[in-house]
Amino acid sequence: MKDAFGAPQSLLVLGGGSEIGLATARRLIARRTRRVHLAGRPSPALDAAAAELTALGAEVHVSAFDALEPGTHEEVLGKIFAEGDIDMVLLAFGVLGDQARDEQEPTAAVRVVTTNYTGAVSASLVCGAALQRQGHGSLVVLSSVAGERARRENFIYGSSKAGLDAFTQGLGDALHPCGVHVMAVRPGFVRTRMTGHLPAAPFATTPEVVAAAIEAGLRRRAEVIWVPGRLRPVMAALRHLPRPLFRRVTAAR
Amino acid sequence: MPVPLAPAITSVTGWGRTAPTAARLLRPGTYEEAVAAVRAADNRGAIARGLGRAYGDAAQNAGGVVLDMTALDRIHEIDVVNGVVTCDAGVSLHRLMEVLLPLGWFVPVTPGTRYVTVGGAIGADIHGKNHHVSGSFSRHVRAFELLTGDGETRLVTPETEPDLFWATAGGMGLTGVLLAATIQLMPVETSLMTVDTERATDLDDLMARLTATDHRYRYSVAWIDLLARGARTGRAVLTRGDHAPLDALPRRARNAPLAFRPRRLPAAPRPAPDGLLGRTTVGLFNEFWYRRAPREQRGRLQKLATFFHPLDGLPDWNLVYGRAGFVQYQFVVGHGQEDALRSVVRRLSTRGCPSFLAVLKRFGAGDPGWLSFPMAGWTLALDIPAALPGLGALLDELDEEVAGAGGRVYLAKDSRLRPDMLGRMYPRLDDFRSLRARYDPRGAITSDLARRLAL
Repeated sequence: MKDAFGAPQSLLVLGGGSEIGLATARRLIARRTRRVHLAGRPSPALDAAAAELTALGAEVHVSAFDALEPGTHEEVLGKIFAEGDIDMVLLAFGVLGDQARDEQEPTAAVRVVTTNYTGAVSASLVCGAALQRQGHGSLVVLSSVAGERARRENFIYGSSKAGLDAFTQGLGDALHPCGVHVMAVRPGFVRTRMTGHLPAAPFATTPEVVAAAIEAGLRRRAEVIWVPGRLRPVMAALRHLPRPLFRRVTAAR
Repeated sequence: MPVPLAPAITSVTGWGRTAPTAARLLRPGTYEEAVAAVRAADNRGAIARGLGRAYGDAAQNAGGVVLDMTALDRIHEIDVVNGVVTCDAGVSLHRLMEVLLPLGWFVPVTPGTRYVTVGGAIGADIHGKNHHVSGSFSRHVRAFELLTGDGETRLVTPETEPDLFWATAGGMGLTGVLLAATIQLMPVETSLMTVDTERATDLDDLMARLTATDHRYRYSVAWIDLLARGARTGRAVLTRGDHAPLDALPRRARNAPLAFRPRRLPAAPRPAPDGLLGRTTVGLFNEFWYRRAPREQRGRLQKLATFFHPLDGLPDWNLVYGRAGFVQYQFVVGHGQEDALRSVVRRLSTRGCPSFLAVLKRFGAGDPGWLSFPMAGWTLALDIPAALPGLGALLDELDEEVAGAGGRVYLAKDSRLRPDMLGRMYPRLDDFRSLRARYDPRGAITSDLARRLAL
């Protein structure tokens, strides 16, 4: 159960190798989290994450989970929920893709979108239903500011996050009366492996900062959080820029 | 996909309004309906709920059933000669006072609110300002009817089934659903109190005064200013008193010495703005409250509700903490552990916890309930806005200090204790767990508190 400050005792990270997921788990283990389920594609990063969290004192379980195989989600995630209540699900998987290549190879673009949107929709619905049966818990979904307004340089990724963000808001409304809290996290540019090859954007942040914002959001039972918080007014302004001006602003970089 | 909601699903919180969870709320009107609900409980179980005054998650049950017991509100029998009442567990202490005061009887123990049920009073084994004289509530309970998780209804007395009785007293509703109880009352001549008030300049002065003269009073409590720092750390206002005898009343009041008509303001419409109770506002309040109290005043007549239940005049006062709600922290440390108390008070005042409802009390001997909270020593209770940054970590540190001094925190107030602290604080925890397993093999009775703390 979560305590009065929204600190969960059990955590399921979808995309168990994710750096934001790992930073969040670390932070929550320092509070109340004792049982952690890492679900993801088997990889050295996943094993390393499990080892690190175990060393921090958590009881860590690893499950093979593939966002691209929605047909398996019910079974894989059902098994995890059968082991006991999950106080918080962190949907942390997602791929950035390579915009230039993906524009040339539609199948590659579909893969990005299927992971980020279709896979996330399927996993969220499965977890949402399980949380609803429990009557409590938080579903925290990593969205992105990239979904707030499509940009020339990453609109395939951005459109998938836009869809996911809209879905998350609706799911939050659907689950609200069932005692389930749904929170969309909209980080700006986060310095991780996924973005290591890119030049840092304005308002760049780190997985640790995102993790701290998630912990604070749980406490407030926030439904949308921006990381850093200043991005909220910035994006509100950008959203309303006329197209020609927006094109010029985003192309200038 | 989430199914469309059944209308009976309700979001439930405790009085602190933190950590809401959803449950099916059932309101049994008869014992049979309560029995049927417990027998029908699935693996999410059921828990009884009274008037929702437990601060944390004791009367919540995510995904399961919450039994609203307030429809079971009949008073079955009053023995006016010996002062014994038998009533349903859903009867409130407020109702008992309304009925019993005109007959010259008063409840043996009352907490800071009348709006608790008899079932809740036993489940939390509540204490009042008379703990140093009368002990906790359950000591005055002669018998109760308990619906255990196996679906059986049992008549339990301290003589016939001491284990089940003393596990239920303070057992936070987890041994079963209380249906009815028989309580020994206390005779009173009037519904007024004679009250002595005095100020203490700091914590040591306060403890010295309580130690020296508490035995002269049936009721004793001290409001403490946790925002005062330096030499004034722990300054306090002591209010102590007893039921006024008939001859203490002015002549006109002697016509209706047992009148009991407490006033209530209309309910607050919505939560106050967040952050209303900050260090500045609470600091000003505390300064005012301290200075407003007479330095020393003897034998003032006060209405019973004013003395015992000042906040009951303000329904939904918990909304004053805003949307984020609040946390109540109450702990006890034994005699000889005054240093731990000093240290906690110092930390709270250094940290600037904006608490305007902090009270210190000197407990009498501990009570026999397995999970009963009181022990001979010092108890401090305070509420703090849940939104205060770093509060979780601060309270964890205080837990360590309290447990290290052999003390404990009060489960009826708790919403955030770390589970592994519980066994250190409550040595009979394992007995409690095994008794529960015996009477409730399929786990039909459970709550969010039980899940959070693995009770």
